[in-house]
Amino acid sequence: MFELLGIPPQALFGQLLLGLINGSFYALLSLGLAVIFGLLNIINFAHGAQYMMGAFVAWMLLTYLGVNYWWSLLLVPLMVGATGIVLERLMISRLYHLDHLYGLLLTFGLALIIQGLFRNYYGVSGLPYSIPAELSGGTNLGFMFLPTYRGWVVVASLVVCFGTWFAIERTRLGAYLRAATENPSLVGAFGINVPRMITLTYGFGVALAALAGVLAAPIYSVNPNMGADLIIVVFAVVVIGGMGSILGAILTGFGLGIVEGLVKVFYPEASAVAVFVIMALVLLVKPAGLFGRTA
Amino acid sequence: MTVDTQPAIVGTTAVGTPRHHVLIFAVLLGLMLIAPFVLYPVFLMKVLCFALFASALNLLLGFGGLLSFGHAAYFGAAAYVSAHAAKVWGLTPELSILLGTSAAAVLGLAIGALAIRRQGIYFAMVTLAFAQMVYFFSVQAPFTGGEDGIQAVPRGNLFGLIDLANDRTFYFVVLGIAAAGMLAIYRIIHSPFGQVLKAIRENEPRSTSLGYKVNRYKLAVFVMSAAIAGLAGATKALVFQLASLTDVHWSMSGEVVLMTLLGGMGTIFGPLVGAAVIVTMQNYFAGFGAWVTVLQGVIFVISVLLFREGIVGVISRWIKKPL
Repeated sequence: MFELLGIPPQALFGQLLLGLINGSFYALLSLGLAVIFGLLNIINFAHGAQYMMGAFVAWMLLTYLGVNYWWSLLLVPLMVGATGIVLERLMISRLYHLDHLYGLLLTFGLALIIQGLFRNYYGVSGLPYSIPAELSGGTNLGFMFLPTYRGWVVVASLVVCFGTWFAIERTRLGAYLRAATENPSLVGAFGINVPRMITLTYGFGVALAALAGVLAAPIYSVNPNMGADLIIVVFAVVVIGGMGSILGAILTGFGLGIVEGLVKVFYPEASAVAVFVIMALVLLVKPAGLFGRTA
Repeated sequence: MTVDTQPAIVGTTAVGTPRHHVLIFAVLLGLMLIAPFVLYPVFLMKVLCFALFASALNLLLGFGGLLSFGHAAYFGAAAYVSAHAAKVWGLTPELSILLGTSAAAVLGLAIGALAIRRQGIYFAMVTLAFAQMVYFFSVQAPFTGGEDGIQAVPRGNLFGLIDLANDRTFYFVVLGIAAAGMLAIYRIIHSPFGQVLKAIRENEPRSTSLGYKVNRYKLAVFVMSAAIAGLAGATKALVFQLASLTDVHWSMSGEVVLMTLLGGMGTIFGPLVGAAVIVTMQNYFAGFGAWVTVLQGVIFVISVLLFREGIVGVISRWIKKPL
């Protein structure tokens, strides 16, 4: 068996795959944050909790109602997205005229409530969610073994990310969205219902987080804290990528996942802080972030 | 960054010390001198430590307009350093606390220098992310004891003379530390430096055009805030004879923001009230487990939606005097 820089190839490619999987979730979540931030100017601190909700709702649907994975993939984003719409209408919409800081604090409070409730009912020990039969098993690629489900997650998140990018950057609806971020009153004057668009955008961002949660459920154990620590890494991803750009969120998400995987191979102790070290370096050189538009 | 719902901030324009502030400080100090004979001293020490911690955050947020969401990093790092100094190196309590405070100041200088390159909510996210880095460091570093933290830290003898093992004796030392920290913050706010800070908070580009080195002022207040947060953390470590991961976790950063928000951002006495309310709540509801988190979340949401001035902010508006 050949070796690469003294590392067995199985370990290297295994960690690379793991990095790519983590990167898929970073990308999906930072994309949702970017979409919400773009139109609402609110850092959605509840994003991690909504991702966790996605995984939990999928687990509940399967356990209590016998709804399978494929239906969950469709239903869960709709259901969790709907809770997002309610939150936006009832609470977040009251803060637009205030400093951005209040949006951050409100969603932080919401995250505490959601996580606390799930912790009360399900504890912290984590619940298993089995991989759907169609996606179990794997393929031997010669240099490594690729579990089918993991491959599926990477492909699915790539498709969703670039679908979202296409919708926002290349369609008429996306053009309205982008125009409304620049000048909401002018877009409203053209007869477009901007408040409704804002509400739906928040719902869509939340649905993206929930979708990520469903994808994550068979990989990680479903537990109330699964989003809490992830969200801070995603914040770092957002700072590195620069909030102005949808593409930045996607590319940085995948890129950092891979970098993290590589660090884990060569210097495992540093893998948890690698993202933050990169953030510090990027802030030194380019405070607006790699893809950011304004300083 | 403008924080537009805070009439209480008007108080910082007054040069010199308003008479009612002196009066309130005196009454508070008097009450706190009697308190340990009525209430449990360890509980009171916890309140004092968190009041100082929240005041340190308020110096940065309420008076500097900078929302740090990672202040647990300075609180926790100082707790680890002073616990290690007291336990392993056998330093006296005053030296351990001093060392912890200095460590927090150095950490604040390093993180602050990078964080002030971004503004507004980016600033909040950057401070949070760096604090998470400190957290991971604390999980893995050899001297922090990982999940267990540093336990059974000796309180030692103050100046080698006064035995701090007695809770009530230690209480008066902690009261002295907290009062000194509070007065330092009060002096900073009411100094020319504090006036420049206010100008920067209200209108940063104008302050720049007036020739102030805005970033230096921001960094200075960041380091001061980190150092005072460290003072609170170091003291807390000796009080509870424990430094653990809870002190550096980001939920601690959220908690101290909640105290400041609930008491009243940008008011002088708000953080004290906020800390007292939250610590009391945690003590009495400790048996309810995760419901405490839910309750804190609910308070957060209510404070943001309906009660942005905070408790002291509202009182200040009623009596039409800055508090």
